[in-house]
Amino acid sequence: MLQFFVRRLIVALLVAATVMTLAFVLTRLSGDLAISIAGPNATQADVDAVRRAYGLDRPLLVQFFDWVGRALTGDLGQSYFFKTPVSALIAERMPVTLTLGLTGLVIALAVSLPLGILAAVRENTAIDRLVQVVALLGQAMPSFWLGLLLMIVFGLQLGWLPISGTGSWDNYVMPGVVLAFSAIPALTRLTRAGMIQSMASDYIRTARAKGLSRASILLKHALRNAAIPVVAITAVQLGFMLGGSIVIEQVFALHGVGFLAWESIGKNDFPVVQAVVLVLAVIYVALTMLADLMNAVLDPRLRAS
Amino acid sequence: MTALLEIEQLQVSFGSTAAVRGASLSVARGETHCLVGESGCGKSVTALSVMNLLAPNARRSAKRLAFEGQDLLGLSDSGMANLRGNAMAMIFQEPMTSLNPAYTVGSQMTEVLRRHKRASQRAATDRAADLLARVGITAPGLRLGQFPHQLSGGLRQRVMIAMALMCEPRLLIADEPTTALDVTVQAQILRLLSRLQRDLGLGMLLITHDLGIVARVAHRVSVMYAGEVVESAPTAELFANPRHPYTQGLLRCVPVPGRIKRDEPLGSIPGTVPRIAPGFAGCAFRERCAFADESCSSAIPRHRPSAAHDFLCRLPA
Amino acid sequence: MSIATASRGARRGERRSPRRGWRSASTWIGAAIVAIAAFCAVFAPLLMPHDPFAQDLGKRLLVPFWMEGSDPEHLLGTDQLGRDYLSRLIYGCRISMLIGVTVSVVSGVIGITLGVLGGFFGGRVDDAVLFAITTRLSIPVVLVALAVVGLLGSSMTLLVATLGLLLWDRFAVVARSTTMQVRNLDFVAAAWCAGCSRFRILLHEVLPNIASHLVVVATLEIALAILLEAALSFLGLGVPPPLPSWGLMIAEAKDYMFFSPWVIVIPGVALFVLVLGINLFGDGLRDSFGARSDP
Ligand SMILES: Nc1ncnc2c1ncn2[C@@H]1O[C@H](COP(=O)(O)OP(=O)(O)OP(=O)(O)O)[C@@H](O)[C@H]1O
Ligand code: SF4
Ligand SMILES: [Mg+2]
Repeated sequence: MLQFFVRRLIVALLVAATVMTLAFVLTRLSGDLAISIAGPNATQADVDAVRRAYGLDRPLLVQFFDWVGRALTGDLGQSYFFKTPVSALIAERMPVTLTLGLTGLVIALAVSLPLGILAAVRENTAIDRLVQVVALLGQAMPSFWLGLLLMIVFGLQLGWLPISGTGSWDNYVMPGVVLAFSAIPALTRLTRAGMIQSMASDYIRTARAKGLSRASILLKHALRNAAIPVVAITAVQLGFMLGGSIVIEQVFALHGVGFLAWESIGKNDFPVVQAVVLVLAVIYVALTMLADLMNAVLDPRLRAS
Repeated sequence: MTALLEIEQLQVSFGSTAAVRGASLSVARGETHCLVGESGCGKSVTALSVMNLLAPNARRSAKRLAFEGQDLLGLSDSGMANLRGNAMAMIFQEPMTSLNPAYTVGSQMTEVLRRHKRASQRAATDRAADLLARVGITAPGLRLGQFPHQLSGGLRQRVMIAMALMCEPRLLIADEPTTALDVTVQAQILRLLSRLQRDLGLGMLLITHDLGIVARVAHRVSVMYAGEVVESAPTAELFANPRHPYTQGLLRCVPVPGRIKRDEPLGSIPGTVPRIAPGFAGCAFRERCAFADESCSSAIPRHRPSAAHDFLCRLPA
Repeated sequence: MSIATASRGARRGERRSPRRGWRSASTWIGAAIVAIAAFCAVFAPLLMPHDPFAQDLGKRLLVPFWMEGSDPEHLLGTDQLGRDYLSRLIYGCRISMLIGVTVSVVSGVIGITLGVLGGFFGGRVDDAVLFAITTRLSIPVVLVALAVVGLLGSSMTLLVATLGLLLWDRFAVVARSTTMQVRNLDFVAAAWCAGCSRFRILLHEVLPNIASHLVVVATLEIALAILLEAALSFLGLGVPPPLPSWGLMIAEAKDYMFFSPWVIVIPGVALFVLVLGINLFGDGLRDSFGARSDP
């Protein structure tokens, strides 16, 4: 068990290192950064000045190891545009993105778990098919478009919810719903499949033979085992949601990390871009490790081995 | 006095296959009734019908299905759930998978008592520990805190037995409780079951493939073939005087109970149990029967050579 | 000592559902949508009633046919620059299909190669492939694609290359697991014994046997690529204007959506229906192949 987690940790660190390299390479793809930073009207002297000021005149490898070395101490560099430390920028924006992601996750779970359980219990009935249709529709829904539609209907026509901003909780309802949509199909399907599998298992027959109540059979005995793969996917989905929130932050003008990255791409502010890529990747890796841990809690067989 | 369990003319079908076709049997209080027959002849389905644990695609009907005189056919789901695990309990063939891997032995055992007897957690734990000791598990306190995967198959089956006994049931249905276990463990579990049956005065419906077991523990035997009970008799009578050709085939190598040779293949009757299509008439064994003739294709009478013995065959009593 | 235990009957939980009817209906609906989209994509130049790029500022934001005051010349109305919406929609279909298919070819080549190698050779090779998949999954796709396009400037080729390089993970996962199964089958072992080269075995024994699974993945990936392209174009970093990508159409019409909701409803519905159709079709294929597309 411990050995398993040590190995997972090593892989995680390797993944982070690889992503760092990729993020660095990515931002150097466009050729001479100094030219793009200096802007279209810059003279050669301006460009040279920029190059020296940002250390871009040094060999690439030196720049790379400088970045890695600083990143390890939590220093992700300076933003060219905001002229502030990138880590401070990200820390400032992260609460918005995390709030959005968690709202989306809670909504997604609140919808998918009951739907998945219902579909499993009513397997092969009209209800089951309806749930599967809902999952299919959710899978095909372009999130940014759904966001716009919700804005028209609930923001403008009904006037129930604010169209943009980050001031209060109701700013997060529509974006959260939209974000949840992307995770609902996978979560619902997995819950359904897991419940069907565990409902057909011998221990459920035992639970019924013991005369337990329906609620206890479903929620205590079946769901507990069906939840194991769902937990893993939930963590992965949260990671995807944080990564995908860039689109939704833009639609709803939520100034989170995704919005920051989008702005920075437009401004060639590459330290910010590479840092956001890295931070999101690290969060994802951490989430998958958390999922493994939670699986170990849920599945005693894993705990022992 | 009415029997503990009465099954009359039980019919169970899955879609167009008839799994049980008019089977009748009864279990008296304190009696061990063995149900034998080849694989697929409907033994498990019969047992599950009693507990109302059939798969959702099963259709069950019967002339009478009663437990302690109480009709089970018309009983509501919740009424049935109140009996299950309480007055009647069941143990299964698959000890490896019949316990929930996510919960401790203790939690799975105590929840039955808490559900049916509203017992406190303390009392339930004490009873669980008592029963574990009773089924021959040493260090019951330790086992209660363990998860199923930490136990061997034999131990898990003992746990299943102990769990079935939590609420002091009057009827215990055991569906091939030893098939999945090692031979030495099989004997232990069987001895345990028959001792418990005697000590607690349980009525037991024991399903098995193993005629050696039957000879040692059964008071009464019913032989099933293709969804019907083809012969039923007290054990000694059945072994001494089998009347149905199928029973005779099964017993060919077992002359007298108690003188059974180990490891001798039994019942090597050529052929397999047929799948019965709707509208089938006559004796289902006729394809494999040495005595079969045309009259075996029409309605077959049930003979009663003695009050306690009956069989289903055209051959005279 | 026991009665012959010849055939264990059907066990609980093995019953298969009779939902063929609903399944095949949805598959046919999906197939029809895909066929129509493919037809529009191929014959776009012939089907478009107007030049999708021709602006006519005198005819801005004309309403579609189901609304009061529509112009029969422009069935689906016009956009904010007076361009015919139906023509742009048809051309957009071509772009979506083109990107969906090419991206999944690129990602398919990468993913299948990695997956088959890992699944076939196992050991170190497989470790490396698994590591690549893990790394790929940790990379935020939309962000990286945006960054690449943002830094290098938008073009169709770059978009396809970027998405292709980012979306191979599912191909790799499925190719890997199915290859592992096939590798252990008798006929592959027989080919080993017959002294066939590894390359030959991969090409002639393994690939044909995992192909059906990969086709199902391909449909899912086409749908995903279409959605991603639309999202990127919506953010202004996908298909370069004035090409009428559906995502770009939605982005351009966004400022008018509160007064003329249909300007975003029309391309959005088109996108939704196309992706739904591809998914329905893919699900149908999966059922008929009895294949798994999830790891
Ligand atoms: N859920 C089900 N769906 C369809 N058919 C079933 C189902 N359960 C049992 N059957 C059929 O009912 C018949 C009787 O099965 P049953 O399990 O009672 O046999 P058995 O006598 O217990 O055999 P075994 O010794 O193998 O346990 C079999 O032919 C089987 O195919
Ligand atoms: S009825 Fe006929 S076929 Fe059936 S057991 Fe008797 S003799 Fe044999
Ligand atoms: Mg059975």
